[in-house]
Amino acid sequence: MSGETTRQELFQYVIRLGDNALINGQRLAEWCGRGPFVEEDIAMTNIALDLVGRARMLLTYAGEVEGAGRTEDDLAYFRNEREFRNFQIMELPVGDFAFTTARQFFVDAYDYFYYRALQHSVDSTLAGIAAKTLKECEYHLRHSAEWMLRLGDGTEQSHAKISTAVAELMPFTYELFDADGIDRAMQANQIGVDLNTVEALWNEKVNNVLDEATLERPELKYTRSGGRQGLHSEHIGYLLAEMQSLQRAMPGQDW
Amino acid sequence: MPDKIGRLPLWEVFIRGKRGLDHKHAGSIHAADGEQALQYARDPYPRRNEGCSIWVVKSADIIASQFEDNDSLFDPAIDKMIYRHPTFYDVPEDLKL
Repeated sequence: MSGETTRQELFQYVIRLGDNALINGQRLAEWCGRGPFVEEDIAMTNIALDLVGRARMLLTYAGEVEGAGRTEDDLAYFRNEREFRNFQIMELPVGDFAFTTARQFFVDAYDYFYYRALQHSVDSTLAGIAAKTLKECEYHLRHSAEWMLRLGDGTEQSHAKISTAVAELMPFTYELFDADGIDRAMQANQIGVDLNTVEALWNEKVNNVLDEATLERPELKYTRSGGRQGLHSEHIGYLLAEMQSLQRAMPGQDW
Repeated sequence: MPDKIGRLPLWEVFIRGKRGLDHKHAGSIHAADGEQALQYARDPYPRRNEGCSIWVVKSADIIASQFEDNDSLFDPAIDKMIYRHPTFYDVPEDLKL
């Protein structure tokens, strides 16, 4: 494998991680000022802030790997839908509180096991980012898992809402583990992680929490995938329009 | 359980800034139970690197003295315990307290 191939693959690998954090953070931030009560509003907004902070580190590093002089802002604000490489589960509309909770729980559990493994990457920048991120992931997972139990094992209404959310989101979790050539190449050179291991740990955690929350894990009747290759749902365009409008109207604007 | 207007129970938050110091009252928050109160206390109160321990206690569990009892609770102490605080020393002006 030539050095150039490796560099482009590493760029793709890092930008996927960065985009997942950025798009999830942008979506979660929609709760800012709209949370069910002020304490939860602050908690969700803080988590969104952690995700955007993680995206900044990863996109900055992606820009360095690419070597074309693009900054974190260039990558966040001046790419179009097809150039974003986040999983589709991140871009789905914010939905109700149950939907947000279920999405965060699935993603938080994934991030926790993913970054725990990525700490051992031979790429010292990624290992460093992973170590820093892991502490946040632990708190995020504790927060969303707690809410899964509260809603699942709560009232009839909360149980119904979280059940619906889990059923709607489950097909989108398939993509988290749908490894492609870049994932396999990065795992082979010990930069990336073993997605099979992450999947086994994720399944165990998800099954335990769903079980304790008196929720059924729905069978997958269909699956969604494609974010790794830049294939998205219609929702990402609207998200980017809102997120990027200021920089598109006034490029380079700072405050 | 939420109260009549949908608020969760109130909890008082105490933060210990450093090992060896006392827990200090930091403020209060609403939460459904102790575990959630701990999680919510983490966001507004221990900023960045301060804090090594958090206590939360239900505000309703605190027994507070009443204002009208102040005379009987505190006034006798003023006469009896005048030497408790070092109020009889002249403190040099350049001494920082």
